[in-house]
Amino acid sequence: MDTPSQLLQLLFTGLTLGSIYALIGLALVTTFNITGILNLAQGEFVTIGALLAISLYATGLPLAAAFIIAVLLVATLGGVLERCAIQTARQASALTLIIITLGLSIFLRGLALLVWGTETYSLPAFSEGGPLFIGGAAITPQSFWIFGLTALTLAGLYAFFELTYWGKAVKAAVLNRTAARLMGINPNRLSLLAFLASGALGAAAGIFIAPVTMTTYDMGFMLGVKGFVAAVIGGLNNIGGAVLGGILLGILESFSAGLISSGLKDAFAIIILIGVLLVRPQGIIGSLKERKI
Amino acid sequence: MASLLILLLATGVLASGCGSGGDSAGEGVTGEEQYKIGAVLDISGKASSLGTPERDTLQMMVKQLNTQGGINGHQVDLTILDNKSDETEAVLAAKTLIEKDVLAVLGCSSSGPSMAMLNTVQNEKVPMISLAAASSIVEPVSERQWVFKTAQSDKVTVGKITNYLREQNISKVAFLYMNNAYGDGGRIAFSEAAKENNIEILVEDKFEASDKDMTPQLTRVKASQAEALIIWAIPPSASIATKNFKDLGLTIPLIHSHGVGNQKFIDLAQGAAEGVILPIGKLTVAQQLPDTDPQKEVLLTYINNYTQKYGSPPDSFGGYAWDAFNLLVNAIEKAGPDRAAIRDELEKTQGFTGISGVFNISAQDHNGLDEESMVLVQIEDDKWQLLE
Repeated sequence: MDTPSQLLQLLFTGLTLGSIYALIGLALVTTFNITGILNLAQGEFVTIGALLAISLYATGLPLAAAFIIAVLLVATLGGVLERCAIQTARQASALTLIIITLGLSIFLRGLALLVWGTETYSLPAFSEGGPLFIGGAAITPQSFWIFGLTALTLAGLYAFFELTYWGKAVKAAVLNRTAARLMGINPNRLSLLAFLASGALGAAAGIFIAPVTMTTYDMGFMLGVKGFVAAVIGGLNNIGGAVLGGILLGILESFSAGLISSGLKDAFAIIILIGVLLVRPQGIIGSLKERKI
Repeated sequence: MASLLILLLATGVLASGCGSGGDSAGEGVTGEEQYKIGAVLDISGKASSLGTPERDTLQMMVKQLNTQGGINGHQVDLTILDNKSDETEAVLAAKTLIEKDVLAVLGCSSSGPSMAMLNTVQNEKVPMISLAAASSIVEPVSERQWVFKTAQSDKVTVGKITNYLREQNISKVAFLYMNNAYGDGGRIAFSEAAKENNIEILVEDKFEASDKDMTPQLTRVKASQAEALIIWAIPPSASIATKNFKDLGLTIPLIHSHGVGNQKFIDLAQGAAEGVILPIGKLTVAQQLPDTDPQKEVLLTYINNYTQKYGSPPDSFGGYAWDAFNLLVNAIEKAGPDRAAIRDELEKTQGFTGISGVFNISAQDHNGLDEESMVLVQIEDDKWQLLE
């Protein structure tokens, strides 16, 4: 294997990893855009979605059915948590609400430990067949599924926020709750919607990546951190930014592990985060002004 | 449904775990004083695939022992604590046990937590039998007077691997390891052995136990001229690396360490483990051993007992617990309830036929196993096949 194909290989790996981070970042940004809350339990939605799908699949259900049921269940879980924990504390400060989501994340991890134990689980890949070789570098079919889900989610969210009436209502409610309420928009219902959506999106992400990464009850924390870094790099209120941030992070990780040293890989995420916060606190394509218009 | 079932099972396991201490206490109404033994295992956390079969084995054995009358008429009270695969928890658990006046401590399951407990048992002068691999747990013996271990040392495993490489005329290899005490032990042992055997290590790299993708490291291996790859890790990351290895289209021989000696490794790799070669204790291939093998009978008895009780065959990790428990029971039988005397008896163990090999422990060697204790196996059709 010569150097160009080695670099190409690292790029492919980085893209796959990056898409995983981007998906989690997207869910974080969506919730943040609608509710103003950073949901630190996002990584746990990913874990529980994957574990549910694996258990359902093990009972003999087809993969597609297991996928749909798991996504619906986690969306419901997101909704229930929003009604029980977030809605009741709606008047509290943003910081309190973030701390509540941190509590939810610990609660969900404990729940997953009780139900599934510490074992590692995995799902079979969605499509048969070995890896594809492009320019001497291998890429697994599952990576394409992950790219596809990322692209689809990005397009869907973009269309929702920019092209639909409801999407504009959501943005309005974020900018000014009182004014939105006066115009007949119910921010409480939007907040529920946001958690339903982020539950579903998290579960879908978890199921798509399960064949690649394997699943344990505690994997949500690290994924949540990476998703958070991806979202901050891109700019917390920009869905395109979350994808860009995620992919950038994945590629940097892959190249630093492959070319310099694997020990530096996780340090890179934090170095980039600090760098971005120092130089461009609004994220590489986000803008702080947007929220104040 | 399945998750409900798992939940029920989990509560069952918890209940039985809590019950074990009480059971033996109830049986101990013979008037004789009970012998207390402690164990610290990696029952949850990253190394749970090691700790769980060890706990099951110990629970089975203490029950057997007590129904047969215990040690010299004394019932055995075994307390098993979970260290959550964490160094700090391991030390705290060891201290808890020592405060309970146990005669000896078994564990931990993996090298990191075992190393963490060393100071405590050395200072308190309590015999400890580790179930983990790193040679440094018992070396240098002068600083580890109270510490023994039953898992084959990395040096023994490495010896098996370098022999194989020499036989296959492979002189250039790549080496990937897990970034923890187990992986580090393997790296040190292998680089020493490689130097002695004129084997060149072209690529040496590590990965974290929590890593989800080892393709970047494997890409460096692919770009090198390595004729074989050695991976020193435990599942699940060992399985992920194996899957990535196949996905990259690498065709050089893939050699693992004995850290992957359980079915979980094969299951998680989803077919990618086909053809993997590794040195391992004889347990997994007990049926295929020649009848002349001294361990065959012991192995088959353990497999039968365990399978009857738990419904699935044991793995080599359970075997490490079997050995540790029996070594300790034999020592207590001779020494009585005295920590120092137990230590001395452990050190005198000669020719004890266990699951992991025939133990010849001495003042210079607190592991007591040689290369005879391991065999090379290859994974074929998701099963272990004896090589040689």
